[in-house]
Amino acid sequence: MATTVPAPPVIDKPPSRPFPGMPGGNGPAGLIPDSGGLRAVADRSPEPARTGIWVALAAIAMCFAALTSALIVRQGSGNDWQHILIPRILYLNSAILVLSSLTLEFARKKVARYIRLEGVTRSQAMQWLGATLALGLTFVVGQYLAWLQLRSEGLYLATNPNSSFFYVLTAVHAIHVLGGLGGLLRVMYLLRSPVPVLRKSTMDSTSYYWHFMGMLWIYLLFVVCLKL
Amino acid sequence: MSEAAAHHGPPQGFLRKYVFSLDHKIIGLQYYALALVAVFIGMVLSWLMRFHLVWPNAAIPGLQLLSKNGAPGGLITPEYYLSLLTMHGTLMVFFVLTNAPFAAFGNYFLPIQIGAEDMAFPRFNMMSFWTTFVAFVVLLAAFVVPDGPPISGWTAYAPLSAVGHDAGPGLGMGQNLWGISIAIFCIASLLGSLNFIATTLDLRAKGMTLMRMPISTWAWFVTSCIALLAFAVLLPACLLLILDRVAGTSFFIPAGLVVSDHLEPHSGGSPLLWQHLFWFFGHPEVYIAILPAMGIVSHILINSMRKPLLSHKVVIGSMMAIGFLSYMVWGHHMFLSGMNPFSALVFSFPTLMITIPATILTLIWLGSLYGSRLQITAASLFALGFISMFVSGGVSGFFLAQPSIDIYLHATYFVVGHFHLVMGVAAIFGIFAATYFWMPKMTGHMMNETLGKIHFWFTFVGAYCIFMPFHYLGLAGNVRRYSSFVDDFMAPLMPVHKFITIAALCTGAAQLIFLYNLVHSRFWGPPAPENPWNATSLEWTVPSPPPWNNFGGTHPVVYHDPYQYGVEGAKEDFIMQNSPEQVKTPIRS
Repeated sequence: MATTVPAPPVIDKPPSRPFPGMPGGNGPAGLIPDSGGLRAVADRSPEPARTGIWVALAAIAMCFAALTSALIVRQGSGNDWQHILIPRILYLNSAILVLSSLTLEFARKKVARYIRLEGVTRSQAMQWLGATLALGLTFVVGQYLAWLQLRSEGLYLATNPNSSFFYVLTAVHAIHVLGGLGGLLRVMYLLRSPVPVLRKSTMDSTSYYWHFMGMLWIYLLFVVCLKL
Repeated sequence: MSEAAAHHGPPQGFLRKYVFSLDHKIIGLQYYALALVAVFIGMVLSWLMRFHLVWPNAAIPGLQLLSKNGAPGGLITPEYYLSLLTMHGTLMVFFVLTNAPFAAFGNYFLPIQIGAEDMAFPRFNMMSFWTTFVAFVVLLAAFVVPDGPPISGWTAYAPLSAVGHDAGPGLGMGQNLWGISIAIFCIASLLGSLNFIATTLDLRAKGMTLMRMPISTWAWFVTSCIALLAFAVLLPACLLLILDRVAGTSFFIPAGLVVSDHLEPHSGGSPLLWQHLFWFFGHPEVYIAILPAMGIVSHILINSMRKPLLSHKVVIGSMMAIGFLSYMVWGHHMFLSGMNPFSALVFSFPTLMITIPATILTLIWLGSLYGSRLQITAASLFALGFISMFVSGGVSGFFLAQPSIDIYLHATYFVVGHFHLVMGVAAIFGIFAATYFWMPKMTGHMMNETLGKIHFWFTFVGAYCIFMPFHYLGLAGNVRRYSSFVDDFMAPLMPVHKFITIAALCTGAAQLIFLYNLVHSRFWGPPAPENPWNATSLEWTVPSPPPWNNFGGTHPVVYHDPYQYGVEGAKEDFIMQNSPEQVKTPIRS
């Protein structure tokens, strides 16, 4: 950990990038160059949105891990585990959610080209975002229809532990999906202004969140099908 | 320094400046104020409890105004005693011990110590405080609902907490409010932790590598990592509890439960599931309460000793080890819950292991103190007091960690003495130390040192008078959470209880010295210079109090490790982190 400084850095000069991944006394993130001077320090810290989204996803994953372990323990605790028939619409919903991830990826590319002024109009970029939004809303509505289907079979929240977990898992996921829709709306709003103020990190974080919701749903589908 | 952080301009208008502030410093002060109110209420509740234990037939005038059913004529009923106990624990653990060392001081000083203008997400920061405030109000609402606050303890064990109003007073609306309040608190904490982690990783100033961050910053960072994962588990647990209560589900309620002559319609649930979920959060929570205090105390002691700790890396590694191991020990709260005794062994082992990094930290503190010329200030006294309380409280943990001994000691006053010393008092000492150390920076006025030292001695002696006898009581078999002691074997212990109660009232009264000092200094204390303690970290390079953007629009550059005290060849006995002074032999630890 070098604290000796041969000369104070000249802040006006643009920093020269050190060789990435240089071994030796470079310190973490290449912030301390071998020469000891700070002249060559480059600021390569990620934007907060990027770190923030991974942190948030870790917390959400932990939340669902807790619910999963609650499910496993609850299954073993009483002998009232009655397998329920999964509403068929759930499979359609899953397909819709996966499709929305695809449309979001298309949207990202379009948005990037729009921002780089590469001949994509704003409405073209917005279309794909709008498609993702619509598919997401369809998913939530579809989840609600699945609930209605369960209710018509007489399976309410408190009927048996399986139905309880079904409602809890799908509801908590749906709430997070609604949050993701809010994020998409925010992205669309930021894109709407004449000079786009949408940062790449915002777009990336929003899409990571959305893809995570999709992957989380696939995981929940497995849990629901195998356990419930 | 990333420009991409959502920075805000200078605040305009009263609401933006002081109420819905985006400034991490104001938010930190708001958290501190919330914690002050919460600790006052929690302390009063503890006085009521202690009073009732030794003078159960003496009426407390005016208490019937708070609760007609719980304290008719001012006499506390056994159920109301449990309500007071529940609220005392909930307020203290959540709204004082999680708020003050972590949210209050962390919010204030983390960005400044790493050289940032503000937190990474100032709007989330504001939301996290006001969400905590809403949680606080919802919790206090439990006092005013007709049935009163819940009686299930801060741990809210099922099925007592889950069956609903059948099971006793306070378990209707009161328990609902508790569950909702804690769920809201979880969301607030998650937002706060998110902010801390993103800020520490992304907004450090030029030259501020991770290893150059002060130990207090590291403590806040590790705490926020723990808090992120722990509160993410408590939130679904509270959700499931609320569903059991209002929606008739059976997550935690077993079959065949007859409560108040009424057969509960639930079946199949596992009360143990609640304990697992709660303590999976609950044990990391106690480390969330103590780790920031450890960091703050290290930071203060280094400054007062004018030398760094024996090994910077080992201190940080130990804190990370404590954080990591804290997730593996939750079952030691459940040795007597009926779970498999082999599981008890599995939890006992990491519980004993976690004493290793804690001991390493203590030995480093003590070893660094040896041979140092410690400057005695109120802050350093409280820092030393922290070590004393932490050791005293921690040592009893060794005994409780063994399932065989815990069979006898579980749910006795021994446990109560243990956690009050190691978590309650030690963390409070950390908060006091931080207050005396950083109040000059936060308010621009020095606190009165003499009053601070008087406050320390009263509190130090008083806390030991209160909590040391608890161990003796526990060994004698005194059960916890009982509102009165009517067994024969308890009669000889009543003088001990009386002593504790009087000590508690006296120590509580002594806190008025602190309160007076705080308020008086804030307005009429001598003006504080930029660096009254001749300290090295970045918070001492800015004016007292700092401007809205901390560094006045400049971006600090860091050249040195955080604790360059007593460096040979240096101009003074310390080198500030942003000083361009060059030295041939810097201190490496």
